[in-house]
Amino acid sequence: MITIKNLHASIDGKEILKGLNLEVKAGEVHAIMGPNGAGKSTLASVLAGRDGYEVTAGTVVFEGKDLLDLKTEDRAREGLFLAFQYPIEIPGVSNVNFLRAALNEIKEYHGEDPINAKDFLKLVREKSAIVELDAKLASRSVNEGFSGGEKKRNEIFQMAMLNPKLAILDETDSGLDIDALRIVANGVNILKSPENATIVITHYQRLLDYIVPDFVHVLFDGKIVKTGSKELALELEERGYDWIKEELAL
Amino acid sequence: MSYTENDLAEDLQNQEYKYGFVSNLESEKIPKGLSEDIIRLISAKKEEPQWLLDYRLKAYAIWLEMTEPEWAHVQYAKPDFQDIIYYSAVKQKKYESWDDVEPEMKETMKKLGISMDEQKVLTGTNVAVDFVMDSVSVATSFKSKLSELGIIFCSFSEGVKNHPELIKKYMGSVVPTTDNFYAALNSAVFTDGSFCYIPKGVRCPMELSTYFRINEQGTGQFERTLVVADQGSYVSYLEGCTAPMRDENQLHAAVVELIAMDDAEIKYSTVQNWYPGDKDGKGGIFNFVTKRGICEKNAKISWTQVETGSAVTWKYPSCILKGDNSVGEFYSVAVTNHHQQADTGTKMIHLGKNTKSTIISKGVSGGKSNNSYRGLVQIHKGATNARNFSQCDSLLMSDECGAHTFPYIECKNSSAKIEHEATTSKIGEDQIFYCQQRGISSEKAISLIVNGYCKEVLNQLPMEFAVEAQKLLAISLDNSVG
Repeated sequence: MITIKNLHASIDGKEILKGLNLEVKAGEVHAIMGPNGAGKSTLASVLAGRDGYEVTAGTVVFEGKDLLDLKTEDRAREGLFLAFQYPIEIPGVSNVNFLRAALNEIKEYHGEDPINAKDFLKLVREKSAIVELDAKLASRSVNEGFSGGEKKRNEIFQMAMLNPKLAILDETDSGLDIDALRIVANGVNILKSPENATIVITHYQRLLDYIVPDFVHVLFDGKIVKTGSKELALELEERGYDWIKEELAL
Repeated sequence: MSYTENDLAEDLQNQEYKYGFVSNLESEKIPKGLSEDIIRLISAKKEEPQWLLDYRLKAYAIWLEMTEPEWAHVQYAKPDFQDIIYYSAVKQKKYESWDDVEPEMKETMKKLGISMDEQKVLTGTNVAVDFVMDSVSVATSFKSKLSELGIIFCSFSEGVKNHPELIKKYMGSVVPTTDNFYAALNSAVFTDGSFCYIPKGVRCPMELSTYFRINEQGTGQFERTLVVADQGSYVSYLEGCTAPMRDENQLHAAVVELIAMDDAEIKYSTVQNWYPGDKDGKGGIFNFVTKRGICEKNAKISWTQVETGSAVTWKYPSCILKGDNSVGEFYSVAVTNHHQQADTGTKMIHLGKNTKSTIISKGVSGGKSNNSYRGLVQIHKGATNARNFSQCDSLLMSDECGAHTFPYIECKNSSAKIEHEATTSKIGEDQIFYCQQRGISSEKAISLIVNGYCKEVLNQLPMEFAVEAQKLLAISLDNSVG
């Protein structure tokens, strides 16, 4: 699915990612954990193609294509989805219009016909149910006046609508109460398939009780320094990150 | 809405000013310059009655005493009034019917998307159109159908010929010749425009529309529109305008007067798309317009404007809320890009009791443009319980553009309630990134975000115009972000 090799990236001349390696295969769920400032969100931004990040070295191959060579929107059209840590509000643009524009641009990119109104509404109904999103929210302006929980559910709803190959969840659990967390995680699990993959970026083990990862990676100072199974997350929860520093003599 | 995202994408491909063509029509022009003789000549060409010539000459005398206003937040080389051709008419036989219209003229109208085809009503377009090119009205559709209801909808010149009593009574009653420099100039040299009268209690069954087109080089357009809605009547009026791309600046100085009698309602919508000049600020229309309406008891006037064109715009559609319980509304989107300058807003003059006004102004500025909102809310002594709500938002697309707000409030009655809200924001890189991350291109993202921002205003437009306006917003903002 995606192969990241020796990725170096900086922002405003300050290097944040310092030789990151990661391979994710179809059907897998990877969790990336790490202390504040380790570069977790930077990784998500660099992969999604946000302005302001400079990749100074390394390669990223996504589904056989050089990801870093693709425009931001083309990365999305190729099937890379980022669930934002802080979803953005777009006043006056309804959620459904926004999604229809996105869906049709993706279809057009793949040489497919735009979706007709009837099929689209059916899809909206079906997918909003996955995250128990009120149908009213679907017709409201994108994220405007949504509660923190609603915003995160809306992210997963959008993910369901766009059906990406690789979803990156950037601290999707932050600011969620336990019920919302369960709903969001449940949505992610429903969408899981042997054809797609998920990278879950999180601070807390809590989310991984619901979204069970195949691999847990520890990101520290711009590199993945340790990889383990789901038990590693539990150990991190219990012992913090210091022991890894000591173990690896960082 | 039949306009799909794909259509928008296609339109965006073709982002140049779409209406910049010139029609090859032979026209009759009078010599350049302005004098009493020229005014007499215009009046004679139009076979006007003496009272109208007198009106013009009086206005001219007043204009000579006036100086061009300088208070607006715009900078431009003042027009040389002796270097303008004040009358230019396409040479035409008398059009007895649509079949008499030359193919080139028909082609022009087709390119502008104007349909005179009354059969089209059956397929959904329900708009009666008066088409004004340069100094004369070319054609007006649906006249006979409207006249069955007693509605008069014709060119201003025809109005003068066939309904002199109405014109004489109402022309200049809302915008007097002494009002301002450009209104005085217009009163002296106006050539054509539309006249509309809706009789008592009649609800006009279709949108009435005037399309203004400047074609000839070196000319100015000075049109006059007069809409009279008699007691308890209703009319929705649309106005569109375009001009060819030229290196010179052409002057457009119009006067629009609306009269809403007791219980009447007038909805006046404008999509202004005069040629804005090129990206370096060369050429474009100077759009200096006076628009004002008066509301009698329980009457309502609603102005909606989408301003995307012109090199310099200077325009304040206003309402005089004379009658008790009357309502004035102003919804505006003003978009400036490259070197465009707009100084636009409204005046709400509250005279009657329980009068209410709403102002929603959305400015969008990109490139190196300057966009100003200028508004006056005036509550007079007798306007007990008057209410006003104003909201002025500015959206900045680049680092080099300017957005300015000049709200004036004068209140002489302590029972009045006046609210004013204003915001300024820069188009968010985060918003654009968010859209792109969902697969939406940055151009489309900007169009979505701006349309969303302007939604409150666009919602006020009649359907046919709303779609056009959405396209225009997207096109005018091409390359605006920086």
